[in-house]
Order: sequence, then C-alpha cells, then structure tokens
Amino acid sequence: MLGKGLLGIYLSVLVLLPVAALLAKSSTGGTSSFWRAISSPEAVAAIKLTLIATAIVVVINAVFGTLIAWVLVRDEFPGKSIVNAVIDLPFALPTIVAGVVLLALYGKGSPIGINVAFTRVAVGLALLFVTLPFVVRSVQPVLLELDYSMEEAASSLGAGSGTVLRRIVLPSLAPAIISGVALSFARAVGEFGSLVLITGNLPFKTEVGSVYIFGQIENDNLPAAAAVSVLLLAAALVVLGILSFVSGRLSRHVQ
Amino acid sequence: MAIEARNVGKRFGDFVALDDVSLTVGDGALTALLGPSGSGKSTLLRIIAGLETPDTGEVVIGGEDVTSAPARTRGVGFVFQHYAPFKHMNVHDNVAFGLSVRKRPKDEISARVAELLALVRLDGLAARYPSQLSGGQLQRMALARALAVQPQVLLLDEPFGALDAQVRAELRDWLRRLHEEIHVTTIFVTHDQEEAMEVAEQIVVMNHGRIEQAGAPRTLYEAPSNEFVMSFIGPVNRLGDAYVRPHDIQLLADSDGTGTEALVERVVHLGFEVRVELKLSDGRGVWAQVTREEAQLLELQVGQILSVRLPPPRVFV
Repeated sequence: MLGKGLLGIYLSVLVLLPVAALLAKSSTGGTSSFWRAISSPEAVAAIKLTLIATAIVVVINAVFGTLIAWVLVRDEFPGKSIVNAVIDLPFALPTIVAGVVLLALYGKGSPIGINVAFTRVAVGLALLFVTLPFVVRSVQPVLLELDYSMEEAASSLGAGSGTVLRRIVLPSLAPAIISGVALSFARAVGEFGSLVLITGNLPFKTEVGSVYIFGQIENDNLPAAAAVSVLLLAAALVVLGILSFVSGRLSRHVQ
Repeated sequence: MAIEARNVGKRFGDFVALDDVSLTVGDGALTALLGPSGSGKSTLLRIIAGLETPDTGEVVIGGEDVTSAPARTRGVGFVFQHYAPFKHMNVHDNVAFGLSVRKRPKDEISARVAELLALVRLDGLAARYPSQLSGGQLQRMALARALAVQPQVLLLDEPFGALDAQVRAELRDWLRRLHEEIHVTTIFVTHDQEEAMEVAEQIVVMNHGRIEQAGAPRTLYEAPSNEFVMSFIGPVNRLGDAYVRPHDIQLLADSDGTGTEALVERVVHLGFEVRVELKLSDGRGVWAQVTREEAQLLELQVGQILSVRLPPPRVFV
C-alpha cells in the first residue's frame, strides 16, 4: 500500500503534473489558438521533419543495430570489448558535445571533405549518432540468451542460413528490436542538443520540432510552444503504444 | 542407412573430445552411445549430424562420404537434449517446419503433421505453443519434428535426461516400440546405463574420447573387455585389482568352511532386491545383492555374522 502511494506521488511530481501543466498551458488561448499554433506552416514543417527523420532513423537503427548486436555476440575479433564500449559513447557524451563532434567532422572545413552542416542529412546523422545504442543494447542480451540449438535444429531440418535467419532468429529477436526502436523513437523525437549546432535550425529546411519549440519560448510565445509540445507528445504516445502492442503480440507465446 | 565413423578426431582447444574413434552402426539398428559426461559421446553424435566438423576422419552415411556436407543436406533427424523447440511457433508449425522448408504443398503438410502428432500422441495440441507443454510433450514434439522429413537416420542427444523418472520410463518404452514400427537407424546418447541396456540393441561405451567397447547389452555385461566397462555397466564391488558383481556374492547362514566371515553392517530393502553391506574379516567392505526370499531365509539383521562365498574375481590387466 505504502509502495503504491509512494509510486503515485513520485510519478505525479515527475511526470503527471508537468504534463498536466503543459496541457493547461497549451489550451490557455482556447482551441482556436491551439489549432493556429500547430497549423502554422513553420510548425507543420518542423513537426513533419521531426517525424520523417525519426522514422528513417529508427528503420536504419533496426537494421544496423541488430547487425552490430549480432557481430558483438556471435563473432570473435580483436578489440571486441573496445567496440562494445564505444557503442555506449553517445550515451556518455552530453548531446551538445555530440553536436560539436559531428560539426568538427562533417561541418565546414571537414577533415574528410564532407560538409553536411545545415542540411537535412545533418539532422539524420545527428539522430543516428545519439540513438545508436538503443537497438544494440536491447537486442544484445536477447541474442546472448537465444538458444543456439534452435538454429541447429532448423538447419538439420533442411533450412539454409537465410531461412534460419528469417524464420528462427529474426522472429525471436523481433520484440527486442521493436523495444529498441521504441526507445530510439522516443529519443529522436525529442532530441535537441546534438541538432542545434549542426543543423543551423533553418525554418522550413532543417528546423526540427524541439528546436521550433525552443524558438517559440525564446519569442515569449509559451502557448504555441506548449501546443506543439502536446502534439509531439501525442505522436510519441501513439507510436509507442502501437510498438508496445505489436511487441506484446509477438512475444505472447514466448514465456 | 548404415552409419560409419572412421578415425574421427576432435579437439576443443586443449581438450581432446574424440581421439581416433571408429564406429559402425548397421542399417535399422538402435544404438546407444553410453559414457560419463565429457566422454565425447555427444560430440560424436553432433559430428554424425553435421553440427560439428571433425578435425580428422570421415563420416559415411548410407555408403556416402558426408564429412564435408552441411547438416541440412544429411537427411538426419536430430533431437536435442533440451528439445530446442521453436518457441515462437505452435506445435503444428514446429512439426511442419522441415516440410515447409522443402516447400511441400499445404494439404500434404497438414496431413503429415496430423499423422505424426497422432504417432507421438499429441493430437489435439497442434495449436499449443511450446511454453504451454510439459517436458514429456516437448520431447515428443521434438521427435515428431525430426521424423517429419522422413530422415534416414535419427539421432537423439540425452533424449530423456531432463524428464522425471516416471515419464522417462514411459518414453523409453515408447521409443523402443516406435523404432520397431518405423525402423529408422537410430543412435541415442545417454549417461544412464540402465536406459542404454533397456532400450538399445547395441551399446557403445565411451570414455575420455575413446570407445571402450561396443556390443550387445548382454555381452557388455557378461564379458566386459576392461574395468571401465565392468564398473560402468552394472553394479560392481572393487576388491583391490579385482571386480565382483554384488549378485555373484553368496551369503550363507552357517559356515561350511569354504567362505570367509563377514559382519552385516546395513540392510536396505528395495522390494524384490535386498542390498546387504558387509565388512569382511580382513576389514574390506563389499555389498551383496540378494532376493527378498534369501534375505528372509537368512533372517538378515545388522550385526549378524555370516559366511560369505566370493566368486572367482575378474581381473583386467
């Protein structure tokens, strides 16, 4: 009883009350001003960019995160533990530092001659950087625990390595991949620090939702900032809800 | 299909799992690979299945050298120790897997799956998932899955190891009857000598990566070729360098001058069998196996002095 009460208070202070305050703030001007705030062309462009870039990034993460986890678990190579540690670097770096790092390498005067600063490619790049660990770290433990004899059984039944991957390995990893994707999604939708330097925050071009919200706050337009925040929050909740439903369906028979 | 392993060797790092092992299993035979853990029996089974590559030697199945052939082309049905169920598939899809990989028509697959589920007495459970099955049911599902593709050879790795005693006894009996029905060449690995004796037509005793002796269960019991086989198959008393079977020890109530005196230290009643722990007059301990009737006749009790007649002991050099 005490535990539940504490949990309620803790969650209220940290999550529920701030969200309620956000909702209240966003509706101070009534529905018409809420609607105006989220349908302004700049806001629409920023939200669209955020959602599209995030969608692309999580798909890339799903593929490469799984691949990296696979190599880290199944292959032996010198320096493996170093590579394993590097995966967590984006976690360890303050995101603004991540922005500086990316700008140094892929910005003006790039040592490798690639300058993507102030382009949409930079948005994708920065999001990929900060979301790298999520799929890797959710797939890795599941792959470690995966019963290798399942794959041996499949191949002794005549399955080639492609079939084993498609019908045995991937279905077993799917819930973990999806949960990594959900984490990546949540992170990418709200990412700010790593983007703010390298994207240049050009309205209609490289300005993402979080940066747009920041701009509105700077301009003392708090209700508009809150309205766009609510929209992003809703989008995130819907996507996370769908992913968690799918993941639950997929893993319902596996313990 | 006959199976032959010729001079097979396998190391894992410094550990020699198999040391120049040669083995022949006749077409349609039911063979047990018997040995303690680490004896190389599972490795040999996995090499025959193609799940492990030997460092040296050849594997021949049905006259064809398959040493370098991958597992999926060997036509071998393999049942894993922990069954390796496909956890995300239901029983039907598990059993159908090999057939669907071979792209057989849907109606053929469902007919065959139904037939196999009846054979392993899992009819009615086709829609269940592995997490909803008991150990014995998982075992039978794994067997049906392996049999679905009509393998020429059936290999089972510790098939009953993880089951409780009653289910184990039932499945042993059932495996033997199944073998009589479908006559596929079968090899199973076990560390349980009783299981090997009860099920197999031929037993191959392995130890430290080598084959100690291969033969019919009775031959191994009655004419073991070395002390390892003697002590691994059947109960045994060790007296110095000599070995004596406990049921060959005769107990006499009155000394007739031909036996030695012994003190009864413990009497264990196991139903028909009674186990008697004795201390011989020279201080050595042995145990004897007598029937319930004999025990009653001798009025066995702890502290009693008996006369014991030992059979000519077997000595291996």
